[in-house]
Amino acid sequence: MTSLELARWQFGITTVYHFIFVPLTIGLAPLVALLQTLWVVTRKPAWLRLTRLFGKLFLINFALGVVTGIVQEFQFGMNWSEYARFVGDVFGAPLAMEALAAFFIESTFLGLWIFGWKQLPRGLHLASIWLVAFAVNLSAYFILAANSFMQHPVGAHFNPATGRAEMTDIVAVLTNNTALVAFPHTVTSAFLVAGTFVAGICGWLMVRSSQAGEATEAQTFRGGLRLGLVTVIVSGLGVAVSGDAQAKLMFQQQPMKMAAAEALCDGRAGAPFSLLAVGDLNNDCRGVRHLLELPGLTSFLASGDFQAPLEGVNDVQKRYEERYGAGQDYAPNLAVTYWSFRLMIGLGVGSAALALVGFWLTRGGVASNSERLARLSLAALPTPFLACSFGWIFTEMGRQPWLVAPNPNGVDALRLLTASGVSTAVSPAMVWTTLIGFTCVYGALAAVWFYLMRHFVRASLKHPAPVASEDSHPETAPLSFGY
Amino acid sequence: MELNTLWFCLIAVLWTGYLVLEGFDFGVGMWLSILGKTPAERRAVLRTIGPVWDGNEVWLLTAGGATFAAFPEWYATLFSGFYLPLFLILVALIVRGIGLEFRAKLDSPLWQRRWEQAIQVGSWVPALLWGVAFANIVRGVPLDAKHQFTGTFLGLLSPFALLGGLATTLLFLSHGAVFVALKTQGPLRTRALGWAKRMALPTLGVSGAFGLWTQVQYSVAWTWPVLGFVALALGAAALSVWREREGWSFTFSCLAIAGVVVLLFGSLFPDVMPALEPAHSLTVHNASSTPYTLRIMTYVAVALVPFVLAYQGWTYWVFRQRVTVDELTPALGEG
Repeated sequence: MTSLELARWQFGITTVYHFIFVPLTIGLAPLVALLQTLWVVTRKPAWLRLTRLFGKLFLINFALGVVTGIVQEFQFGMNWSEYARFVGDVFGAPLAMEALAAFFIESTFLGLWIFGWKQLPRGLHLASIWLVAFAVNLSAYFILAANSFMQHPVGAHFNPATGRAEMTDIVAVLTNNTALVAFPHTVTSAFLVAGTFVAGICGWLMVRSSQAGEATEAQTFRGGLRLGLVTVIVSGLGVAVSGDAQAKLMFQQQPMKMAAAEALCDGRAGAPFSLLAVGDLNNDCRGVRHLLELPGLTSFLASGDFQAPLEGVNDVQKRYEERYGAGQDYAPNLAVTYWSFRLMIGLGVGSAALALVGFWLTRGGVASNSERLARLSLAALPTPFLACSFGWIFTEMGRQPWLVAPNPNGVDALRLLTASGVSTAVSPAMVWTTLIGFTCVYGALAAVWFYLMRHFVRASLKHPAPVASEDSHPETAPLSFGY
Repeated sequence: MELNTLWFCLIAVLWTGYLVLEGFDFGVGMWLSILGKTPAERRAVLRTIGPVWDGNEVWLLTAGGATFAAFPEWYATLFSGFYLPLFLILVALIVRGIGLEFRAKLDSPLWQRRWEQAIQVGSWVPALLWGVAFANIVRGVPLDAKHQFTGTFLGLLSPFALLGGLATTLLFLSHGAVFVALKTQGPLRTRALGWAKRMALPTLGVSGAFGLWTQVQYSVAWTWPVLGFVALALGAAALSVWREREGWSFTFSCLAIAGVVVLLFGSLFPDVMPALEPAHSLTVHNASSTPYTLRIMTYVAVALVPFVLAYQGWTYWVFRQRVTVDELTPALGEG
């Protein structure tokens, strides 16, 4: 394999892995802050119990998000140095701002929250976790602004003398409409992940406590379950609305990505939404056979009109050849784009549907002891994680062969092919080394992560914490988050 | 001051923050099982950096991000050129960070022992490699006309670079020992002071030799006083530690590391990454972003850095008490 292919695999593996932990921490930080607020306000030990459980799970995930995030920042220079040279003037700014404005708050106040249970006054301690929650979301904004420049470059021009993109308007970069729709979609998805996480774990714990005859315990977890389910349903609506807005924008800004998502070969009016298609593996849209279609739906998604004409892969290819030069296949991998788009939507809708079922099963103030609900809770856990992963695979793979996709309204040459962004000073052997190295380290950490998560959820069932005594004497509360 | 020069100085400031702060983190990690004879003592040793190490590491991320924004050519050449050493540093930082976070999560002695080893390895490797990396930058590396690194991994291991690695390792060892002495009491403090005393002369000797070599062969006239300052600071740190005044010793040790960064960056200027063929060198001008980007980033830095310094400083104030071994024993709670 070439350095290019290896570097792409490495970016894919490290990014998808990093993005297991990121959406969970983006959504879970505000939920933990909310749980702690509920405890501070109501003084009910149940909320402290849930704060501690999810606080601990949050920390495990946050740690993995942080260490894998360092790799992300360095990777642009290590494997994609030609890209870094090309866009550094524009792309580096939001990255540096993310570090200065968000990372410092996150890490510093998280330290204060973990170790400050005794040292800080209660209000200040609570403020620390809210600051962490604010900063992780701010962080998401800056990184999405950077990513959006790759999807839809604005606020910059191409300087032929230096051969690179140069920033002309930071406000335009930070208020890129691509980022403004990507941010709510990403954050609501993160809440969907965290809501499912809280609901799934609490659901399982509720049923197990209920079966063991621990009525108080079961009610505690029922509270967490309902909170998680509300989060899923509200954020699920947000995901749908923001996703729709994002799709409409993407039809304008990256028509090839959307044509590929539908495996739509030739343009037509009233384009149907394909539910199932099979194709040959040569990335040729003429080989795709659509087996199940909903008429007019893709046109409706693109523009709100069931009869609107849409471009197909071949149309965009022809247009791009005229504009950006012949001899380049401008279509992304059709199978990956088509299926990741469907899996993202299907799994996202699936988790919202599971939440509605959960709501129905826990109605009437009763903690259920149904084995079916316990299994459903565990089965629901991975669905929004997978939906998020497929969402990013779709976004990034659908942008290929571009690293910086051309702006359809752009007047100059601000675009970069992925093949031109890879480091030229790095040999395939070197990329192999780091690819194998990171994959092994990440694999081992995944095993440890899974083991720890399972351990804490189970431990929370077997040894109820002495919450009542902590509540009455907070100064003697053990430092259960510290070392 | 011209914006390019200002950003060169700001990046030096970020590296100073990083090496001063994570420098003692690395030191604490390297001393872990030498200072901590029992699990409770090792827990206390780690507790000295517990609330702050993650914030300290963000200085590295900010230095990286700022280099990307202000000097993209430097960022691209450096990170792709030093590919394998950076990979080793990244893996070390990963296992170290995870070790710090996961070690106390389970009550099993074997589990804790394994993560302690991860923390130790994860502290030694970057402590050594940052010195090797900076020595290579100062010495100059093979770059072609397009600023592409043409050297090899083994080519980075010259005697000068290895001496640089040894110097940072010793500096961080001393810095960390004094920090543990400052943050603990009882036998742990005594032991840390003992090691700090023993480390003082080797640190002064090796760092002095590296500084002198840098000064004589690669630097400019105005950094002579900086070298003198580093030597004085290290001497004062040694003197204070012998008089068991670890607060002063730590202050001088911070100043010494800051002085080393000034010496290294001072030797570079106006290059950011000199090439063996001087015409191919990266300078603050040919490696930088546009004046517009530099101006925007300056506003952002001026607006945010004071806040960062204020709340990070406040964290150290909140956790100013010395860590005791006893208070920590029952600390593992479930749920």
